[in-house]
Amino acid sequence: MSVELDVFVGNTTIMDKEVYQLWLNGYTVNDAVKVRIEGGVMEECEASAEVLLSDTMDQYRTFQMCERLLHHPAKLANQLLFQIPPDRQAMLIERYYAFDDSFVREVLGKKLSKGTKKDLDDVSLKTGITLKSCRRQFDNFKRVFKVVEELKGPLVENIRQHFLLPDQLARDYAAIVFFANNRFETGKKKLLYLTFQDFAFCAGQLINNWTVGAVDNMMEDMDVDLDKEFLQDLKDLKILITDKDLLDQHKSLVCTALRGKTNVFNEMEANFKNLSRGLVNIAAKLINAKDVRDFFIDLVEKFIEPCRSDKWTSIDVNLYLTHYTNSAHILDTFKYYAVWTRYMGVIKSCILRMYHD
Amino acid sequence: MPGKLKAKIVAGRHLPIMDRASDLTDAFVEVKFGNTTFKTDVYPKSLNPQWNSEWFKFEVDDEDLQDEPLQITVLDHDTYSANDAIGKVYIDIDPLLCSEAATVISGWLPIYDTIHGIRGEINVLVKVDLFNDLNRFRQSSCGVKFFCTTSIPRCYRAVMVHGFVEELVVNEDPEYQWIDRIRTPRASNEARQRLIFLMSGELQRKIGLKVLEMGGNAVVGYLQCFDLEGESGLVVRAIGTACTLEKISSTLPATATHPSNSSPSKDMKDSPQAAPSTLGCRSTHSSPVHSASSRLSQGFSVSVPTLLFAGMGSGGSAGKEAGPLKALLRQQTQSALEQREYPFFPLTAFPPGFLLHVGGVVSARSVKLLDRIHNPDEPETRDAWWEEIRQEIKSHAKALGCQAVVGYSESTSICEEVCILSASGTAAILSSRFMQDGPLDTEHRFEEVVSPGCGFCHIPYDELNIPFPAQLTYCYCCRRYKVPDVLFTTIDLPTEANVTGKGCLIQARLCRTKKKAQGEGNATVISNLLPFLEYELHTQLMNKLKLRGMNALFGLRIQISIGETMLLGLASATGVYLTALPSPGGIQIAGKTPSDITYEQHISNMQKKINDTIAKNKELYEINPPEVVEEIIGSPIPEPRQRSRLFRSQSESSDEVSELDLSHGKKDAFVLEIDDTDAVEDIHALLTDFPTPAGFYSCNTEIMPGIQNWTSAIQMFTSVRVFRLNASLTSQGLNKIFSDLCENLLKSLYFKLRSMVPCCLCHLNFTVAIPEDELIQVAVTAVAMSFDKEQLLENGKQSGEKTLIKAITENDEQLQFNLELNAETPSPNPLSSPKGLSEVGSHLSARALSVDYSSFADRCSSWIEQLKLKAHTIRRGSVKTTSSMEKASPLPEGRSRSLRSNRSYSGSSVAVVKMTPLSFIPGAKIIKYLGIINMFFIRETTSLREEGGVSGFLHTFIAEVFAMVRAHVAALGGNAVVSYSMKECVFMENPNKNQAQCLINVSGDAVIFVRESELESTSVQTQSATTHTSNGAEGT
Repeated sequence: MSVELDVFVGNTTIMDKEVYQLWLNGYTVNDAVKVRIEGGVMEECEASAEVLLSDTMDQYRTFQMCERLLHHPAKLANQLLFQIPPDRQAMLIERYYAFDDSFVREVLGKKLSKGTKKDLDDVSLKTGITLKSCRRQFDNFKRVFKVVEELKGPLVENIRQHFLLPDQLARDYAAIVFFANNRFETGKKKLLYLTFQDFAFCAGQLINNWTVGAVDNMMEDMDVDLDKEFLQDLKDLKILITDKDLLDQHKSLVCTALRGKTNVFNEMEANFKNLSRGLVNIAAKLINAKDVRDFFIDLVEKFIEPCRSDKWTSIDVNLYLTHYTNSAHILDTFKYYAVWTRYMGVIKSCILRMYHD
Repeated sequence: MPGKLKAKIVAGRHLPIMDRASDLTDAFVEVKFGNTTFKTDVYPKSLNPQWNSEWFKFEVDDEDLQDEPLQITVLDHDTYSANDAIGKVYIDIDPLLCSEAATVISGWLPIYDTIHGIRGEINVLVKVDLFNDLNRFRQSSCGVKFFCTTSIPRCYRAVMVHGFVEELVVNEDPEYQWIDRIRTPRASNEARQRLIFLMSGELQRKIGLKVLEMGGNAVVGYLQCFDLEGESGLVVRAIGTACTLEKISSTLPATATHPSNSSPSKDMKDSPQAAPSTLGCRSTHSSPVHSASSRLSQGFSVSVPTLLFAGMGSGGSAGKEAGPLKALLRQQTQSALEQREYPFFPLTAFPPGFLLHVGGVVSARSVKLLDRIHNPDEPETRDAWWEEIRQEIKSHAKALGCQAVVGYSESTSICEEVCILSASGTAAILSSRFMQDGPLDTEHRFEEVVSPGCGFCHIPYDELNIPFPAQLTYCYCCRRYKVPDVLFTTIDLPTEANVTGKGCLIQARLCRTKKKAQGEGNATVISNLLPFLEYELHTQLMNKLKLRGMNALFGLRIQISIGETMLLGLASATGVYLTALPSPGGIQIAGKTPSDITYEQHISNMQKKINDTIAKNKELYEINPPEVVEEIIGSPIPEPRQRSRLFRSQSESSDEVSELDLSHGKKDAFVLEIDDTDAVEDIHALLTDFPTPAGFYSCNTEIMPGIQNWTSAIQMFTSVRVFRLNASLTSQGLNKIFSDLCENLLKSLYFKLRSMVPCCLCHLNFTVAIPEDELIQVAVTAVAMSFDKEQLLENGKQSGEKTLIKAITENDEQLQFNLELNAETPSPNPLSSPKGLSEVGSHLSARALSVDYSSFADRCSSWIEQLKLKAHTIRRGSVKTTSSMEKASPLPEGRSRSLRSNRSYSGSSVAVVKMTPLSFIPGAKIIKYLGIINMFFIRETTSLREEGGVSGFLHTFIAEVFAMVRAHVAALGGNAVVSYSMKECVFMENPNKNQAQCLINVSGDAVIFVRESELESTSVQTQSATTHTSNGAEGT
């Protein structure tokens, strides 16, 4: 004796948020039922395990049928198959596109290719997130990537419009797309202390300041790629470290400004040239795609680690970077102010964001 | 009346990819009507083609317009091979043929393929121009309105109820034609879909003709069914009630004040003020409060008296003819009705004053052997079969002293070549007022003697010549007429009925094994089993009814399904406690071996359990009526409860039962449970019914007594379960499984809908089937409606108060008589003066009421105050509603407004379409009926596993059917479907071949509704002036 077929279809599609989350998390029906039983829904509603199983299966089926639509959220609003109130639709989309920070850290900056997808078992093992959920998240990244890759205009706005995501989530996706496109290295041991939100913040800075779209929304190219011209111009900054006079002058300006204002003045004075070389070299190398990938690791190695070993506080770092940036403007023979400001503005905010334990 | 049908193909969207190479589609569209086909251009390489075609024009007879659907096929152009079909849309253009329905079909409709399901959508525009043609020999019946709703549709009033219309058409089933062997499943499915569309069109046209012949202009309660007889053919049959309907004018709610309405008898049916003022409050017509409330579409519970009626008619061979009729009136109406071939009314709810008395359920079944229908043009055999059954029903009704059958329905169950035809209804006596040749005013006074709410419970048959055994008592409301102890009906609870407490769904479920047999042998076996099945179902119903402390069943529907090795019986009804009927006795268990002490103990344990359950149920359903009062007041009642119970239990003694047996072959199985193993099982079954969880109520009727304050949250749903049985089960085992299946299904529903609590599952409609050996299929369609709890409490209090007062009246018989005198004195004369009528207007109604209760005014003045207040509010309410309707009713405007508001609410491009099996939408007013929706779909798959197995397949299909219904309603300009029902859901699977097929037939009425709150807010400004005036007019 067995139930061979069991369906429930409402004119308004009934979806339980809790079950939806379990489904998204990749639980099997049986696991989901267990979780629900533990959650006490049975006592609440005088239900039996059997009822719960039937309900869970039914909901899972509904979600599976909806999944196709969720891949193109705009379709969800004008499809006829399911009558879902708008607020529900928004919830479905938002949760479907939500991701785990621990998962995204694993794939951030990786190529969203089949190869990466194959490695998801490892990611799943490592993060404790079910493989199914990993796949969904990965496919979401890839889908968003593919759609916006070819689109003109502001990245965040494109994502928000095509996937009907709330602002914050759209920004996060922009970061993911941006990282995947530029293949930034984020998985090195030295970078593991950084959270996804740190990277997302940096990505936001880069997108807003270093891409073509940052300068001109109407440009053919878009937010996903860094502004080649700008990267080319960055090479000119090398003069700050190759010209010895300039370097010394820069150092003395910064030291004058900082004297007495920081506890790590001596360390700063001693390290100035190293730090400056580090930052300027990063700038100069960004024209090579390969070095772009190492952008974050370079920031950590060339700047953050030295400062940290000298026990700079983030106030010190802030002070230093402010004066370091501003003093360059006073240098007599240095004329790349615009590029310098555009470069250092992002570097400063990234470093400050990344400067934590 | 030939006409011109015009169609324009605008665009497509979400089309499937048909060309793998380009991932795109080169789509074009064929538009076909009758034998004419037009094509659009190919729109190359797009999944969202914009055809923007010219208007395709078809010049056709209106006969064709009624029969044929417009067929739109979307194809993918292929240069080198045959074009691939993407899918089809069938558009029923019937709604466009009636001036009062829709004027244009315009919108996105799903493109449907029987193998792939919905594949994108197409945007079309369809219009019809009809030319006038006075051909008297016409074959068409354009303009006759059809309604699935089984009551008078909300924005109409019945001028005349003409009576029963029926028709059937037969054809060969394409699935069984020889050509089916060589064509694709798709072609075969499409042939079938198309044929059924054609047959329904033809059927509807023929019924329309009959209506015109009778002088009507509408069919209410139109019920169309398919019988898939397999090899022997396909039958499409329909029944309905022919009526002359008149749109309620939007200017004035009450015709009473309308000078143009000269005939008082006409007024009465609809005008709230007219009824009371002409008749006084003792009339059969509902009290003012009632009609006013029904017009508001949500009744208040101020219902004045109640009613009940009794007894169940047995479907068996009740041979006795009715005794001499009691009343002249009856003879007259009877003669009016007898002129009709079948005085049947598929309606389940009636205009106030139409239903006078109810006799009980009448039903008839017959087992037939199917043979091939040789000539589709001569459906005589099937006609003759139904004829027989209807005759039988008619004679049963007669035996109950009734001239009409209401709540009438017909159904079939087919297994191989055996077919059970069933018909059932409720024998009743109707007022002649709505009937053509009805008698005139003189009678009214006669009817008036009957109290408003309880009149319908009074027995229509002669008490000395009772057609079946029943305990008669004096009506607990009016104390003047006899009522039965239990009443079974197939109709909805009349709005004016007085009910104590709440109702609940009661089901009797039965499963009986039978031997496999062939042909005639099989038919004989089945016929022999049927009476037992029916008897046991009745017993179960009765027991369960008593277990809940209730005394009447409404909406009774008994379904019997046959399979190769078993018979299934499912009876569903809504139990209530009618205040006019006596309180039901308990259930007593008697052991047959009283000597055994442990056994006795066992019995007494069980008895205790039962008694506890009854007590618990009474509390649950708030059934606590007259008893309280008796204690307070003492007992002037002639038959106090105790005594009556005693009396009843005596009657339960075995000799009466056996006598019943003898006389009717069908005992009406009461309280007594004899203990053999069967009975023990039964008792267990009785006690295992799962109580509805807190916050839930359920019923299979339109409304639940005791709940009025619905919120606008409604959720219609369909749930289907198929259960596989192991071989070799005993009947008892099967019974239990079947019962559990239904119970579990209900439990699942409660769980699913828990977020809507407090809520009531209304119109729970179960259908059972035995798709193949060892499979049981149960399908449920219902609507969950939330209601407001706080108000509920308030209402509860009120109704408590009310009952108290009622009880007082009941108890004080002498006083009651006095009262009646009082109430009646004014009534003989005032009929006449329409002037006084309008002058006194509604105040009179309030006064009339207070007259009624004046002698205990001291005791219940507060209640009367309340009532007055309520009457007042209602009056104001109705003014508001109708006056705002004025504004809303220039229809295009009203529609666009409601649609717009929908859109703005949803914020999406798809308009929300509500669906409900009920005839109304809570908190909203239906402002227009756009036509009937009657759709038939077939879905087949050869990749069952890939589509998620049987559940995935059916889930998708049902969702698709809903989507198509919604889309067609939206295209007609509607925003809801009322009286929705899924009449057929035939599911067949072959998992080994990875195949499944399903047929679904749904129907309903497309409507435009406007939220009452919206109505008020939009009309407040413009209306304030009107309101003032009408208030003034009324007040004076």
